[in-house]
Amino acid sequence: MAEKTESRSRVLLKLFTGMLGISTFTFGGGFVIVSLMKQKFVDQLHWIDENEMMDLTALAQTAPGPIAVNAAVLVGRRMGGFAGMLAAVLGTVLPPMAVLLALSACYAAFAENRYAALMLKGMQAGVAAVIFGVVWDLGRKAADSPLHIVLMAAAFVAAFVFKVNVVLLLALAVLISILAVLLQQRGQKNAG
Amino acid sequence: MLAELFFSFLQIGLFSVGGGYVAIPLIRQQVVETNSWLTMAVFNDLVTIAEMTPGPIGINAATFVGVRTAGLPGAVAASLGFVLPSLVITSLLGWAYYRYRKLEMMRSILGGLRPVVVALIASAALGIAAQVLFGGLAPLLGNTDWLALAVMLGAFLALRLLKWNPILTMLLSGVVYTVSSLILFPG
Repeated sequence: MAEKTESRSRVLLKLFTGMLGISTFTFGGGFVIVSLMKQKFVDQLHWIDENEMMDLTALAQTAPGPIAVNAAVLVGRRMGGFAGMLAAVLGTVLPPMAVLLALSACYAAFAENRYAALMLKGMQAGVAAVIFGVVWDLGRKAADSPLHIVLMAAAFVAAFVFKVNVVLLLALAVLISILAVLLQQRGQKNAG
Repeated sequence: MLAELFFSFLQIGLFSVGGGYVAIPLIRQQVVETNSWLTMAVFNDLVTIAEMTPGPIGINAATFVGVRTAGLPGAVAASLGFVLPSLVITSLLGWAYYRYRKLEMMRSILGGLRPVVVALIASAALGIAAQVLFGGLAPLLGNTDWLALAVMLGAFLALRLLKWNPILTMLLSGVVYTVSSLILFPG
């Protein structure tokens, strides 16, 4: 019993510190944080697998609110129940709150500071490298059928070139998947 | 005042479906137009800061607006309001996911969602890379920041081949870029 409590509190601690570290150094939109969460919770801690991480990302994107907070809710809840959710969300929310509290007094000086701008730009170059790596890992996993390869290519063009609304893209993917299943079932019935 | 902050940011959290670019106009409406907590000029500063600092823009905005209108309790009330819809709705979605993900139809839908998620992440990565390499200009050789490109490639190799820790790699990328910029382009 004592052992179980300890491992549970360790999970809560890892959720909190893991999200705290990720959130502190994550600049740019929610997909950046999801990429880092994949590195942490899939590659490093082996808590969840790549498919589940992609599913949670889709859910986090679909629900209202920031992807980062939603993804923290999902991973936290999965690993540590209600307390895990709170630990992960707190870890996600505290760094931006602390930074903004510090900056709200002196933001003009920060926005014009040359060193801050250079540091941020270099870190963004690093962030892009991290995400490209995650895209490579997840892409190989998700491209498991011709339909899914076509879906991936089409969704990329729609999102990157035509800036189609993200929620609309996910809804279309759901629709296409349902149609594919129905067509397949009909084909099997006709064959049998 | 605390209740107003809480409920304003609750609405922002509830209706910002699909990430930061949806949230910005919602925040402006609540904070500048409906409540006059910030002027348009300060709001634009806030958007700039939000892009330069970690975390979702909604949290950044909630903290910034909250602390300016009602001090630390204001920051907490606004941030709490902003994340509350996420906690409730995402929890419900997560519950449904773990309950039904083994169903055949559900598995097929999830299989179709995953490639789109990858495409969205790829699109975000290219967007950031383009911003870093070309600084918002056309993607031409003359507009390329070669130093940033070198840092990006170096970081990629360190991550993939040497299995460096991602957060450490990002921090080092920032340091290397800053130091080499100052050496190469002093003044």
